[in-house]
Amino acid sequence: MNHPLPPEPADHPMAPGERLPKSQRTDFSPEALAEIAGIAAKYPDKLAATLPALHIAQREFGFVSLDAMKAVAKALAIPEGHVFGVASFYTMYQKRPVGKFHLQVCTNLPCALAGGAQLLEKVCAKAGVKPGEGPSADGLWSVEEVECLASCGSAPCLQVNADVYEEFVDEKKLDEILDACKRGEVRPWAQ
Amino acid sequence: MATMRTKPDPQRYTFVGYGSEKYPALLLRGAGNLDNWTLDTYEAKHEGYQALRTALKMEPAAVIEEVKTSGLRGRGGAGFPCGLKWSFMPKDTADRKFTRYLVINGDEGEPGTFKDRAILEYNPHQLIEGIVIACHAMQANTCFVYIRGEFLWLIEKLEAAIEQARAKGYVGKDILGSGFDCEIVVHRGAGAYICGEETALLNSLEGRRGEPRVKPPFPAAKGAFGQPTTINNVETIATVPPILRMGGAEYAKLGTPKNSGTRVFCISGQVKRPGLYELPLGLPLDFIINELAGGTSTGKKIKAVIPGGASAPVFGEAELSTPMDFDAVRGAGSMAGSGGIIVMDEDTCMVQACLRLIRFYAHESCGQCTPCREGCNWLEMILSRIEHGEGRMEDLATIEQMTPRIAGRTLCPLGDAACGPMDSMLKKFRAEFEHHIQHKTCLTKGSKLLSEVGGHH
Repeated sequence: MNHPLPPEPADHPMAPGERLPKSQRTDFSPEALAEIAGIAAKYPDKLAATLPALHIAQREFGFVSLDAMKAVAKALAIPEGHVFGVASFYTMYQKRPVGKFHLQVCTNLPCALAGGAQLLEKVCAKAGVKPGEGPSADGLWSVEEVECLASCGSAPCLQVNADVYEEFVDEKKLDEILDACKRGEVRPWAQ
Repeated sequence: MATMRTKPDPQRYTFVGYGSEKYPALLLRGAGNLDNWTLDTYEAKHEGYQALRTALKMEPAAVIEEVKTSGLRGRGGAGFPCGLKWSFMPKDTADRKFTRYLVINGDEGEPGTFKDRAILEYNPHQLIEGIVIACHAMQANTCFVYIRGEFLWLIEKLEAAIEQARAKGYVGKDILGSGFDCEIVVHRGAGAYICGEETALLNSLEGRRGEPRVKPPFPAAKGAFGQPTTINNVETIATVPPILRMGGAEYAKLGTPKNSGTRVFCISGQVKRPGLYELPLGLPLDFIINELAGGTSTGKKIKAVIPGGASAPVFGEAELSTPMDFDAVRGAGSMAGSGGIIVMDEDTCMVQACLRLIRFYAHESCGQCTPCREGCNWLEMILSRIEHGEGRMEDLATIEQMTPRIAGRTLCPLGDAACGPMDSMLKKFRAEFEHHIQHKTCLTKGSKLLSEVGGHH
């Protein structure tokens, strides 16, 4: 899971998008293109399919790379710059590779009152990565500090990828979740 | 059919008297039972789609009139009368036909609020029924439901519920033989708090960055895709079927005058029984916290309560007896907002609590208006300095000078939302800020609210 940044070209300054890590895939699968076309047909304006198409891109490409954004622009016939602007605005589009299990911990005030900050520290210690650092050496984990997961009454909350959404997470429960990930009982990222 | 979550939800939903005449259950009926969401249960147990049958036999204007009579106020935060909002939608004339849209705001992201999640989890059909009734009332044929991106399983559940309703003829073409068409499209957000603001939500729905728009034009004139649009919260629309079932006048008897009905209060923080409490408006805050939610989990005294989601100015001990309705909470200097009650006991460090909230606003500011983008960031930096023991006494004066230069000077209320907790916490708990500056440590001895590894990247 090594994603080196591309070298700075000699002839021109690098555009922001060019600094992003490259994904292995460079275009959508035909099934994804059909799915995007189906979604675009539901709206009065195909531009509205930008967000859903980026979600599909994240699923297909593993993360929203520059190639993924270009593929979205091509699929919807909309400007590339628009897609870059949207993709960079929303935090759920990962612009860098994440681990097989992306651990998201809410540390906002209601969670913090129930130990959200301590949970984040424990998660980081166990996964061996810090928030925003990219995947751990074995590629299994990445950690993100997120804002309010709407689980304030059952805080603290840990979300793994898009599926697992665990509440009242204590040390024991955290170990159980991480073990379940290791045993392959949790759907890996981008699948 | 999409895979449904089978794990039980550990929220609390019931309390003594719940579902009685005193505390009627209109929105959270069956909550806690994971099979409650299906159409069969809704029809068999909860008088499902009866209100829709009634509404379709009524004139659209009569439905709006019924909602006006009920006195229903928007549950998203501002508390704007719902029927009045609906009546702003332009009517067709002989020479002009409009395409009208209804947009449902399910971008539940206000810290302290987790009610829409439960409605989507347990009663999605009540929302769908409300949508079709509202669309009929405003003669809109398309509804977009905007749900935050983290709720993927709820989006799948809602889509499955829409398909169930479509199969029975409650959604789609010629609903129940009335000739009225209504399509529902579910739109997934991508993690931006600001998209809970209605015009930012419209931009996000249109596939743009979630930046609030200049008003006017208001959405009723020019909203989604440039067409007349009404935006309602999930809870507001889910309240519509009960209103039509029981009649607007009967619904208006619940709660207090001008603040009628029930709403779902979300209680979190240091309380014994956190969870969702559907209550008539106007019950005193200390009654809700002490009698229903069991008081503080630590057994200590309550120091501060945020009464309406993170954006609401904080209440100290003096305001704890405030009746929880829109006008009384406003009168006490805060706002009822989205109904999120966050309780903090006397060991909570208010500097850390304040910094944590301001960090949230600094992170979530869309960056469009300078006062909010720069102001929230500077507030975060100053508070961070105080928290780390490098504060100066003049920092407090700087903060006091900054907030009036942020609040009210931005396109949307996010700047105001940051200033609400900031101003009120500094005013009511100034001694703690001063102690932090002078002694470089917390006045209180509670566990810390900020992680060592944190920070957004």
